[in-house]
Amino acid sequence: MVQPLTRLRETPSQTAGPYVHIGLMPTYAGNPGSVEKEVGTSPITEAAKGERIEITGTVSDGTGWVLRDAMIESWQADAEGLYAGQEGADPGVPGFCRFGAHAETGLWTLSTIKPGTVKLPDGRVQAPHIALWIVARGINIGLMTRIYFEDEEEANAADPVLMRIEQRPRVETLLAKKTGDGAYRFDIRLQGEGETVFLDL
Amino acid sequence: MTDAGRLIPRDRTAHPDPYDPGYKTSVLRSPNQALLSMESTPTEEWGPTFGHDQLGPLDNNLILNWTKGEAPAVGERILVHGHVLDELGKPVPHTLVEVWQANAGGRYRHHKDTYFAPLDPNFGGCGRTITDENGYYQFMTIKPGAYPWPNRGNDWRPAHIHYSIFGHSFGQRLISQMYFEGDPLMRYCPIFHTVKDRGQLDSLVAPLDMTMSRPLDYLTYKFDIVLRGRRQTMFENKPEGL
Repeated sequence: MVQPLTRLRETPSQTAGPYVHIGLMPTYAGNPGSVEKEVGTSPITEAAKGERIEITGTVSDGTGWVLRDAMIESWQADAEGLYAGQEGADPGVPGFCRFGAHAETGLWTLSTIKPGTVKLPDGRVQAPHIALWIVARGINIGLMTRIYFEDEEEANAADPVLMRIEQRPRVETLLAKKTGDGAYRFDIRLQGEGETVFLDL
Repeated sequence: MTDAGRLIPRDRTAHPDPYDPGYKTSVLRSPNQALLSMESTPTEEWGPTFGHDQLGPLDNNLILNWTKGEAPAVGERILVHGHVLDELGKPVPHTLVEVWQANAGGRYRHHKDTYFAPLDPNFGGCGRTITDENGYYQFMTIKPGAYPWPNRGNDWRPAHIHYSIFGHSFGQRLISQMYFEGDPLMRYCPIFHTVKDRGQLDSLVAPLDMTMSRPLDYLTYKFDIVLRGRRQTMFENKPEGL
């Protein structure tokens, strides 16, 4: 016999379902005033330091059909690579945002600042990136991925997560494409051809 | 948070498989490729924080919050309470818990919900609260009704309340659903049964808690939630580790 392990197991995930927005983004769901202050309406305040950028994209399923009912959350560091709560972090960057796709076009937009490189405790450096978490009807457990930037070639080449992707062409699925001054495009494919790399970190 | 610390890797066997053909929408919305697993980084070890200044006085009372206290929602009055813990059994204090649900007739206040059970003019279905220093939370609501949904020919969701929990780091992010003890529809629900482990299924079902029910006022259900934990950092950050 051995001593019992007194560990708990994580509560199992369940899909957020088709009506996730009434709970988490009530104004987007058409129920403004459900709560006075919604959380995650913007990842930055006007005072945020750094380069303003706008990322636009879609989420599509295994047939290429663009989802209208996903909710995306983003989490990022400030321009110096520090997260809200870390010592010296820019108070203008709460870093967290929630957004959904436009009902007709299926396009979502994230207006933010470009994050800085993030240091790991062992000295390695992560390239600028924005973490995403995607939930929707049909998604049984939230999908974690990251937006990197195609114009950060040097940093991307040394990024610990990107380096771990064995099939090099799949790295492309995590790179936002520059489409203009401060403008990027990032499409998320849940399944099939060009499937986005999803993470378990 | 002063000491972030590595997150305990997620035990994926505790969770549903992303692909579960019984739940038809998952067929096209589940990745074919394996997830890329790695040790957590500061990105997952830090997360947003929310304070009480963000909450309104009725945010944790779904019976009254839609009408700002003017008129109560129709239905079975219940208190739902419990603790948010991590895998090591430690309470998760000061974390945001958000809930949403259908009304007593199984109808959501959402333009895409066309079920003919009527809306309750006094019920919105959206609530939230922050756990106290012991990881404890509670909210008042009405028990949601079951409702049909287009999946297989005659699928009905058991009564449930959707939960969204943050923890203290983005890597702990979790959305799930709470079910009610004794509901026979649980047996038939393909979403509930995306969880294959019996013990894990049981952990989604809230027992009736008569001890905390208030005579002549409300019944109580107890629902505890477990989030990912963090390892101790005594031997962390050594260069020989990957």
